[in-house]
This record gives sequence, C-alpha cells and structure tokens, in this order.
Amino acid sequence: MAYLLVIGTRKGLFTARSENRRTWELTGPHRLDEADDAGMSPVYTVGINPRSGRLLAGTESWHFGPSVWHSDDLGATWSEPAEAPIRFPEDTEASLTRAWQFAFGEEADTVYAGVEPHALFRSTDGGDSFTLVRALWDHPHRAEWFPGAGGGAIHTILPGTIGAGERSPEAITVAMSTGGVYQSADSGASWAPANRGISAGFLPGEEPEYGQCVHKVAMAPDGSFYAQNHHGVYRSSSPATEGWSRIKSGLPTDFGFAVVAHPHRPESALNFPVVSQDVHLPPDNRLGVYRTDDSGATWRAIDAGLPRDPYFGIVLRDAACTDGADVPGFYFGTRNGDVYAATDDGERWHQVAAHLPDVLCVRAAEV
Amino acid sequence: MWVTVHLPGLLRSDADGAAHVPLEVRDAAVLRGVLDALTDRHPGLDRRIRDDRGELRRYVNVFVDKDECRAMGGLDAPVHEGADVRLLPSVAGG
Repeated sequence: MAYLLVIGTRKGLFTARSENRRTWELTGPHRLDEADDAGMSPVYTVGINPRSGRLLAGTESWHFGPSVWHSDDLGATWSEPAEAPIRFPEDTEASLTRAWQFAFGEEADTVYAGVEPHALFRSTDGGDSFTLVRALWDHPHRAEWFPGAGGGAIHTILPGTIGAGERSPEAITVAMSTGGVYQSADSGASWAPANRGISAGFLPGEEPEYGQCVHKVAMAPDGSFYAQNHHGVYRSSSPATEGWSRIKSGLPTDFGFAVVAHPHRPESALNFPVVSQDVHLPPDNRLGVYRTDDSGATWRAIDAGLPRDPYFGIVLRDAACTDGADVPGFYFGTRNGDVYAATDDGERWHQVAAHLPDVLCVRAAEV
Repeated sequence: MWVTVHLPGLLRSDADGAAHVPLEVRDAAVLRGVLDALTDRHPGLDRRIRDDRGELRRYVNVFVDKDECRAMGGLDAPVHEGADVRLLPSVAGG
C-alpha cells in the first residue's frame, strides 16, 4: 500500500508519495500543459476519486482562464478536455472564474464541482464535462448571496448525507461564502438552507435564515457535521431539524478556515484557529492544530512536531485533509509553503514538504 | 477580407503550433468576426481568449495593428483588409 498526497499551491501542483507515511518523495511543480502556463498557475482545488483513482486539479491561469485537468496515472501525466469542462450556459449570463471544490458521488464517474460564482456542477463522465445543477442556480436566495473576501463560491460539497442517520445517494450538503449551508434530499432537484444557530455578525438584525459566511463544513462518519464559520465553530447532527450548536470551548479563537472530521470517530475532529477576520495569523504567532474527541465539548492542542518558532502562515479552508486510512493520516499545508502529516491518528506531526509556494489545498488517499 | 492573427507562444499549442494565422473574415469587419473565424479554425483557443459570456478575458490584450482593441470598441473594434491582429498576454501573473 502506498499513499499519495496531492498539493495545490499558488504556483503549481505538487504530489508526494510514500510507502510508510514517514518518508515522502515530493514531485513538482507538475507540468500540466505543453506551454507550462497552467502548470505555473494557482491550483485552487484538487480531488482524488476514491473509486476510479483519477486525480483532478482546478487551475486558473492569470491570462487564459480556468480549467480542470485530470490524471489517470496518479499524477505522472495530465490532460485537459478538448472543450471547457465547466462552462456556464449562455442564458445564465455568468462566466466561470474558477473551480473551488471537487467531490465524488456514489457512482464511479459522478463528480461534483463547486465554483465561483456560486454554483454547483455535476459530471457523470469522471470530470471531462460538467452540467450546471439548475435548481441551486435558480434558487430565489441566490440574488442575496454575495462574495466573501476570497470570492463568492460553493466551496464545500458533501454528497451522501444531510445529517446523522440520513444517508442516501440522493442526499447532498453544500456550503458557500456567503450564503451558508444548503441541503438537498433529492439529488439536487430542490434545496433548502440549513443554517439555524450559525451567526452572521456582518449582517444586521437577528440571525438570518441564510447568508452566513460558512468557511468549511466537514462530514463525520455518522453523517453529522462540523463547521468552521466566519467567527464561530459549530457541530450539528441534523442541520435542518436540530440546527447548529457552538463548540468553541478550549479553542483559542473561533475564527479559521479549515476543519477536518475524523474518518472513523464521529466525536473527533481537527481545527486550525486563526486570530480573527482582521488578523489572518495563527494565535500567538504559533502554528497550532486543535483536536476534539468529545464532539466539540473540549479541544486540546496537538502541536508535537510543529515549529516552536514564531510562525505566520495560516491553513486555508481546503489545505487540510485526512487520507481516510484505517489508522488515519491527517495532513495540512500553510500559506508559508510547509506541509505536515500526522500518521499516528493525529498526535504528532512531521514535515512532508517545506518552502513550497502558498499551499491552497491538499488531498490524500491510499493508492 | 484577409487579416493575419499573430499568436503568443503560450497559445500556439492550441493552434497546431502556428505563430501566424492568415484568416479570411466573411462577416462584419470587426474584431469579433476575426476571433470567430480564428476559433472556428482552432476551437481550443476560444476559452483561452474569451470567457463563458464571450467577453475578452481581462488579461488578454488584442491589438489591431498598433491599437489595443479596448480603446477602439473592444470586440466591435473595426478591422481593415490586411490588418495585423496580435494577441498578447497582458501584464499579470504572480
């Protein structure tokens, strides 16, 4: 068994491969296109299809726009569909800025893409071509979703559940900034907001039904959720029926971007605190990761192996993940270009890569 | 009407390696017609040059002879017989 870590950065795509998750062979930046333009572009999202093994990378060339690249040989070679894989229909009068997220459905070739501007696309051919999920695009709330600081996009896609005990191939949960959490129980034919309990301090009045700036939602193995909000950390077993509960006790701050659920223990998750919306730095200028093992009732620092020196790079919303292995590995990258892994169920970190460009996203899997 | 489109190195792989593409423009003598003819011949160029709405990408500059098209009406910029149309990456990156 080997492990593959795919790393999207501000300047290109890297991969790291390991037989033991202790020593890693880093490759990159990968040359995606012949002219090496996309290869030197920001890679905002990557995906590893757990059923087919196909890798996906969403790039945005400064000059020549966005695209989706795929590799069927674990990153050795890359291809781009002849026609734009994600394209807004003409009647929408919208244009793709970039893909923010890939997620994979029950069928081997079903791929979802969350994009900017706020939209969800679905592919049934493994990511060669995508179709707009109309019901979400046509949702009457869309006119009131507005871009957060990073842009307005669907950045979280969680196929298969809308809550604990509510697993279904037709279920899907998405999150967006701004807009919040929306869920569908009918394969995307209809959508409802599911934000009760999540604050929106940037909006006047009482807590709104929608419009929150949810930064990331992670799905626990029982189908419940952890959420990192624009100020606020939450958990919910069923967002639509029970709403969300705050779970920040023991965290140094309630701001951040990334949250990762343990792949086997619903009560465990990792959080990567950031000082505040105004100060995008680690608390106390120390690189730190926090873990809960009691569904968010308490959090503790797990920083063994991390730098003790002052550190100023934060972890972005998709720059943390798990490989989902039986003894799970956890991974994160920072805006300083460092990548760390913890392969003893998250207790001690070791460095996979250093001095890369800003890490925007990571995904890992057994291959 | 015949024009010649000059492509930057970064776009030539989408045009079978061509640096210069002579084109006969049958429709209106404006830049949009030139780009339509260009992308009819080399469809892979279209998404590099224009977004989903058909607008020129922000950091793609197109010169008709020595004039950047945005100062001449954008995609409606007039193009004359024998014009040199140059596509250039603008100042961007990072």
